[in-house]
Amino acid sequence: MTRTSLPAVDGWFTTAGPAPALLGSRCTACASTYFPPIPDDAGFCRNPACDGETFDEVELSRRGRIWSYTDAQYQPPAPYIAPQAEGEVYVPFALAAVELAEGLVVLGQVADGYGVDDLEVGGEVELVVERLYDEAAEDGSRQDRTIWRWKPVVELGQEADR
Amino acid sequence: MSSQQVAVAGVGMHPWGKWGKNFVTYGVHAARAALADAGIPWGDVDYIVGGETVRNGYGGYVAGATFAQALGWNGARVATSYAACATGAQAIDTARSRILAGLCEVALVVGADTTPKGFLAPNAGERWGDPDWLRFRLLGMTNPAYFALYARRRMDLYGATSEDFAQVKVKNAKHGLSNPNARYRKEVAAADVLASAVVCDPLHLLDICATSDGAAAVVLCSAEYAARLGLATPVRVAAVSTVTPTFPNTVMDMPMLSTDPSAAVGTPEHTFKESIGLAAYEEAGISPEDVDVAEVYDLSTALELDWIEDLGLCQRGEAETLLRAGETTIGGRIPVNPSGGLACFGEAVPAQALAQVCELTWQLRGQAGERQVEGASVGITANQGLFGHGSSVLLSR
Repeated sequence: MTRTSLPAVDGWFTTAGPAPALLGSRCTACASTYFPPIPDDAGFCRNPACDGETFDEVELSRRGRIWSYTDAQYQPPAPYIAPQAEGEVYVPFALAAVELAEGLVVLGQVADGYGVDDLEVGGEVELVVERLYDEAAEDGSRQDRTIWRWKPVVELGQEADR
Repeated sequence: MSSQQVAVAGVGMHPWGKWGKNFVTYGVHAARAALADAGIPWGDVDYIVGGETVRNGYGGYVAGATFAQALGWNGARVATSYAACATGAQAIDTARSRILAGLCEVALVVGADTTPKGFLAPNAGERWGDPDWLRFRLLGMTNPAYFALYARRRMDLYGATSEDFAQVKVKNAKHGLSNPNARYRKEVAAADVLASAVVCDPLHLLDICATSDGAAAVVLCSAEYAARLGLATPVRVAAVSTVTPTFPNTVMDMPMLSTDPSAAVGTPEHTFKESIGLAAYEEAGISPEDVDVAEVYDLSTALELDWIEDLGLCQRGEAETLLRAGETTIGGRIPVNPSGGLACFGEAVPAQALAQVCELTWQLRGQAGERQVEGASVGITANQGLFGHGSSVLLSR
């Protein structure tokens, strides 16, 4: 039985290949680019000077600069689903708000293995896709649900210092 | 007094705490206290506005009518307001507008809440179109995590320290010591704050406000009614700002997962929080230099420092300097949160913006006792809630 892997939310990010990306909606009239993507049945550009109602799906910049960051030292309440198995200890995770070239800031968890000590305002991060939690599939096996995360970009030579 | 300004005839509160009672009990207590303070019989009130509470069933959704029934149906016209944390200010604005339009003379505004323990979580059910649900499911992003983002920026951009944040708590704890409506009336040392558990780095447990039960009520009336009542120099509502953001809102706002995009249209001149205060100043014809006292929304200690700058009470990045010099303490140049703020109250959402107005009313009347800001004649409130809601009320006397 192969373990399957599905995005935790449909249509918000790509998962194929080595370079996953967030999917945004770019207004065909004013080029304002939104994330999360704008659903087909709510297709109104939010720029008050724009009447646009159609959008192109675009991949957002995979790298950005940290606007700010924090962590969750206590397990968040539902509907958050903890990644650890029943009875295992909760492991805190970091969160970052990241400025992209499209002029918007996108929140995300920080990649596994990195904490607030690895982050600074203005620091560069790159998008990765990792397991958020797992759940029972229809056939009874476990399947992963994945999410986008921000991973600090470490320059060559810095890695050894970590 | 200008006929374009309504008078605050009376204010009243139910003490904040965790009392385990129905929100209506608190609301009626506050309403009766405000009516008694005003010396106005309930029968004279011809408009009642309730602040909606989303956690107390159907009665909470129709709070105006719920309070009207509990006080005894008197035929008053009714409204219910909801604007997240700005609910109370929006309710005041609704009442004030009707008075200014000449459609009523005396309005009672009431907000009350009964809150659960712990983190505020979203409503039940799978709601894939609701950012307030999605931020928990996809990111585990709690309210304190948003507060922590703002706190961290103060540190990295302006050199704020955890000690500064702790000193905000120390100051507010001292302010609230003698406030009979405050829930926490105990001195706190900076070391206590720094020794409390980190919830969301860099914020400690004692940097973050609790959630509380509580109620506040305000009686507003026309200038003519105030004159008949014999109020020669009442506290007046000089402005109520309930502006929404201007696109693009480029500051990461709770409960959103992203900001508006600025690439196509450029960044705005003012942030949303700055625009809330600016609209109040403009409406009142009052400038930040005229303000004697401020009640701002310290959901976290660091957020109080943000608000001081957002309201133009000092330059951007200088709030820590003001704090360290004791200028925001009672007796300083611009005392902030003389009530003790959310640090001493905890948040009771639909009542909180009204509680700010109650405190400023007592301050401007010179009735604030041990926490009195001497000679205060102009006061400003500020708060921000979810989904583009925020408020600022300017009172003057």
